[in-house]
Order: sequence, then C-alpha cells, then structure tokens
Amino acid sequence: MSIWEYANPKKFMQTSAWALPWVSGLSVILLGVGLVWGFFFTPDDYKQGATVKIIYLHVPSAMMAISAWFMMLAGSLIWLIRRHHVSALSAKAAAPVGLTFTVIGLVTGAIWGQPMWGTWWAWDPRLTSFLILGLFYLGYIALWAAVEDADTAADLTSVLCIVGSVFAFLSRYAVLFWNQGLHQGASVSVVQGSDQVSNVYGAPLLVCVTGFVLLFVTLVLLRTRTEIRARRIKALIARERAAA
Amino acid sequence: MLTVQDLCVARGGVAVLEGLGFTLSPGKVLILRGPNGAGKTTLLRTLAGLQPALEGQVQADPETVTYSGHADGLKATLTVAENLAFWASVHGQTTIEPAIVAMNLLALRDRRAADVSAGQKRRLGLARLMVTGRKVWLMDEPTVSLDAASVALFGAMLRAHLGQGGAAIVATHIDLGLPEAEVLDLTPFRARQKRQGAFDEAFA
Amino acid sequence: MRALLIRDIRLAMRAGGGFGLGLAFFLMVAVLVPLGVGPESALLSRIAPGILWVGALLACLLSLDRMFALDFEDGSLDLMAVSPLPLEGVAAMKALAHWLVTGLPLVVISPVLGLLLSLSPAGYVWLVASLALGSPALSLIGAFGAALTVGLKRGGLILSLIVLPMYVPTLVFGAEAVRRGAAGTDALVPLLFLAAISLGCAAILPFACGAAIRANLK
Repeated sequence: MSIWEYANPKKFMQTSAWALPWVSGLSVILLGVGLVWGFFFTPDDYKQGATVKIIYLHVPSAMMAISAWFMMLAGSLIWLIRRHHVSALSAKAAAPVGLTFTVIGLVTGAIWGQPMWGTWWAWDPRLTSFLILGLFYLGYIALWAAVEDADTAADLTSVLCIVGSVFAFLSRYAVLFWNQGLHQGASVSVVQGSDQVSNVYGAPLLVCVTGFVLLFVTLVLLRTRTEIRARRIKALIARERAAA
Repeated sequence: MLTVQDLCVARGGVAVLEGLGFTLSPGKVLILRGPNGAGKTTLLRTLAGLQPALEGQVQADPETVTYSGHADGLKATLTVAENLAFWASVHGQTTIEPAIVAMNLLALRDRRAADVSAGQKRRLGLARLMVTGRKVWLMDEPTVSLDAASVALFGAMLRAHLGQGGAAIVATHIDLGLPEAEVLDLTPFRARQKRQGAFDEAFA
Repeated sequence: MRALLIRDIRLAMRAGGGFGLGLAFFLMVAVLVPLGVGPESALLSRIAPGILWVGALLACLLSLDRMFALDFEDGSLDLMAVSPLPLEGVAAMKALAHWLVTGLPLVVISPVLGLLLSLSPAGYVWLVASLALGSPALSLIGAFGAALTVGLKRGGLILSLIVLPMYVPTLVFGAEAVRRGAAGTDALVPLLFLAAISLGCAAILPFACGAAIRANLK
C-alpha cells in the first residue's frame, strides 16, 4: 500500500479518527508531566531565578512556530505536485496554529525578557524575525480567507507559501545583518555549545517539546477534519442547488 | 481543427456539462444554444484553454485558437487603432487595415475607446479577432449590443473567415444569417448529479 | 512583449493612468516626517536613510493593485492568456513597466528628498545607487502580490499584507547601504545583497506570477 493512500480524504478521516484520541491523550499527559516537572521539581537558576522556568513554554512554542511553517511548505509542495486535497487543507489548518505558537513565543519571550533584559521588547534579530514570521502567517491566512474557490485558494496559497519561505529565510539573514542582538543562542541544539541549557532543565524541556509536537499534530488533525467536513457541506449545498 | 472527446466541464468545482463530443473542421461554424447557466461560457473558456476540463480532452493546437468573451479587452484611453495595433503585434501580425474596414471602424480610427458607443466597442472587440490571424474563433455572445446592420457586418466577416479556411464556435441566440451553420443544443449534455454517497465529490 | 511594455507605459502616461501619484506620495512622506519629528537637522539626517527607503517602498505599493486588476476586469488578461505571450513574460513586462513608471522616477527624485531630510553629503551616491538596484525588486515582489490577488474584489489590503513582509530584506539592505554610506563606512556589501535580491527576484518571481495568474483565471 502506498503512503499516498492516506491522502485520500475518506481514508484520512478514518485514520485520523482512530489516531486522534491517542495523539491528543499522549500530548496532554506529556505536557502535564513536563510542565509540572519543570515548574515544581527543578531548581531555580543561579542567575535567572524562577523566571527561567518559562523556558518550558517559550522554547517549545518557538520551535513549533517554525516547524509549522515547514509543515505548510511540505503540504503546499505536495498539493502543487500531486494535487492531494488533504495536503492543501492540512497546510491551511496548520497556519492559525503556527500563528498562535508564534504569538505564544513572542508573549512568553516578552515576559521572560522584562526581568532579564529590563525590557518587554527589543529589536533583537531573533525577536524581529519572529515578528516577521508572524506577518507571513497573517498574509497566508488572509489569502486563504479571501479567495472563494477552494482549489484556486489552495493553488495561490501554495505558491505564496513557497515564495514566502524564500523571503522569510532571506529576512532572517537580513535581520541578522541589521542588528546582532541580545538574545542568547539556541537553547537546544545538536552541537554542544557553551551557552546550552543544563541537563537539569533539559529533560523536562524535552518532554515539553514532545508534548508540544503532539499538541500541534492534534490541532492540525482536528482542523483538517473540520476543513474536510466544511468542503463536504459546501459540495452538498452546491448539489442541492444544482438539483433544484 | 478542434476535436472534443467525452468532455466534462465544471464551473466553481461543480460539473455543468458532460459527455460532450464534436469535431470542428475548416470552414465550419458551430452554434451553441442553451438556456442561461447551461455552461456555454464555461465550455468556451475550457476550449480556449483558460480552465481545465474536469474529464475528457480538447484536441487543438493552442496556436490556432482565439477567444472573445463578454469583455473585449479594450483600453479606454487608447484609440481604436491603438487598441487593435496592440493585439495585432501581440499575435505577431502587422496589418490592422482589413479588420478596420471589415467592421466599419474607419471613421472611428483615432477616437479613444472611451468615446465610442457600446455597439461600436463591440465591433472593435470583434475586429480584434481578425488581427490575431488565428483560425479557430471561440465567441461568447458576440452580437450583444450590436444593431441589425452591425450583425450583418459581423456575419459577413465571419463568412469571409470561414471562406479562408477558418472555423468558429459561437454561443448566440440570434440568427447570424449563416444557413450552413451547425447547431449544438447543450441541454441534453447537462451534467447529472453524481449518485448519493459518492464521497469524493467534494474533492473533484 | 515589447508591444505590451509600450502599451502599459502609454496607459500610465495618459489621463487617469496614475503616473506621478507614487512620486507625489514620496514627496508627501518626506515633507510630513520632519513636521512630525521636528526640524532638528541632526535627527533628520540620522533617520533620513530609513525614511527615504520606507517612503519609496510605500510609494511603490500604492500603484500595485492596478498592475493586473485592470487587465483582469476588462478581459485583457484572458485574451493574453490565449495569445502567444507566455504569462510569465506578461508578468515580467508588467513589473518592468511598473518599475519604469514608478520606481525609476523615485530614484531620480530621491536626492532632492534627501536634501529635504538633510541626508549627509556622502549618502547621496549610495541613496541613488541603492534605490536604483533595489526598486526593481520592489516592483517584482509587488507583481507577485498583485498576481496572487488579481481575482479578489478588494484585493488592495490583502495585497499589502502579503507584499510588505516580503519587502523586509530589500528594505533592510537598502536602508543599511544608505546608512553606512552616509556614515562613511563600507556600504558595498549591503548594496551587493540588494543587487542579488533584485536579480534573484527577476529570475524567479515571473514564474510564480505566471502560476498565480493561471490559477486566478480558472
């Protein structure tokens, strides 16, 4: 059986109906464990105090904000190449989720930044790129909402997503060029650096990140199912009208 | 020049016509008939390659086909001659005189398109077909806002085009004075709704 | 394709074509900013590069929604799609016409506005150079936004929502080049980046525009 069979709307509805309780349940458990562990059972940082614990929300949502865009890019490419409707609809479904994660990332960042840097907002490259990412999400969502014909909307937003990715990437480097910034380096990375998160925080953080990933999957599955149902309803109405 | 096989066309994702098949040969004109909303415009746009067919095939060399829709593609601030010259050069043609003469636009040549009447604009839009140098004309309600004399003018232009080995498909309700024209009534080809429960109808 | 370019420029020059609107807007920005932030020339000189670039960018944005919409409404775009012109070529020519009518005049007038904003003398060359190299990217990115929104009834707002984030790299490198030039430091690097963006846009975006227009005509 080819993997593309899961792109059939009917098959997708069946599979996602089966998977949703597991994914969502696991996400709730992991988030519960990770957040409680992180908030109550890790020591305060010697420099940052208890403020550091916002990391359990800040880092995962920031990671998911970027990952969501990559998922939309993949969905858009699959739609343009293979024209699977589920792929286009899942990209549509992921956009508001990604935007929300972006906003959470920015807000928790501001709450973290205020005691640390003494300011809610600074035109730091990382913050600025995130804000710009949010703008790209807004444009993408607005275009989906504005175009009436569903397939045309999918075509246009897919092209926008691909071109937008190039420009978002460029913006990231343009902004780095523009201002070197305050923000610490990436908190989690494969290469061991000196400014890394210590293991005490690392384990619960990893649990939280996994929880956020599953939360994202849950939300995207749910929203994709909604989009599919909305399409079915629209087709039903069109058929009733044509029959009348 | 243009062959259609088992064609199904859709408007806004909903099939409107299905099972269409015909062949257009040089010197022939096909008149499309059917009530409003039957899918005449959709069919013509599909034949012109402006929108994809839901099923079936249109076989035609895209370099031979031209289209004339409800809007004439005229710029109000350009003169009649400038408008025609633009479309001529887009199609790699140089002369616009025969078209101006055929649609009786000589007196309006240097008038801005904004300053001519609706019927005159339409004549200009039809003259545009001649300057494309293409063989297959797809026309959507070409006689809208034309008076009787202009309709006769159009009929003569169309006959001359057919005489030179051209062909045309015209969606129209009025008699163009072409007794040899074939008439295709679209009513029998109206798309039947897919049977209930066919799930993927939403994802055509 | 040359016929299309000539037609578009001619249309822009004739009555109601909107030639000069962007220019007038650019002038307004340069006049309003000092009225807003105060006449102190040291401050103006410091913010001049940014103001001039943001002004140019917004002036470009003004006329974008007409780029394809007018041709869409009067049926020209349908007819072009059926004609031998490739839609990619149509988009490229439209962007070129937009640049010639909107971008180029901005480049030409920018030194005068630099004067109004007391740009430091070393900055003028870089201002003209950066606008000359960067404004083609503004027109091309704008053409892409216009192509995406051509079928929409009120596409103007969404057009700006889509286009403005994509203007970020151009704006950053453009204003940075002028800022560095005015300060007398090395401004060549941002200028080269700017040229790279314009060339990249010219190479890629016409194809994206073509795809978007084709989807919109369906």
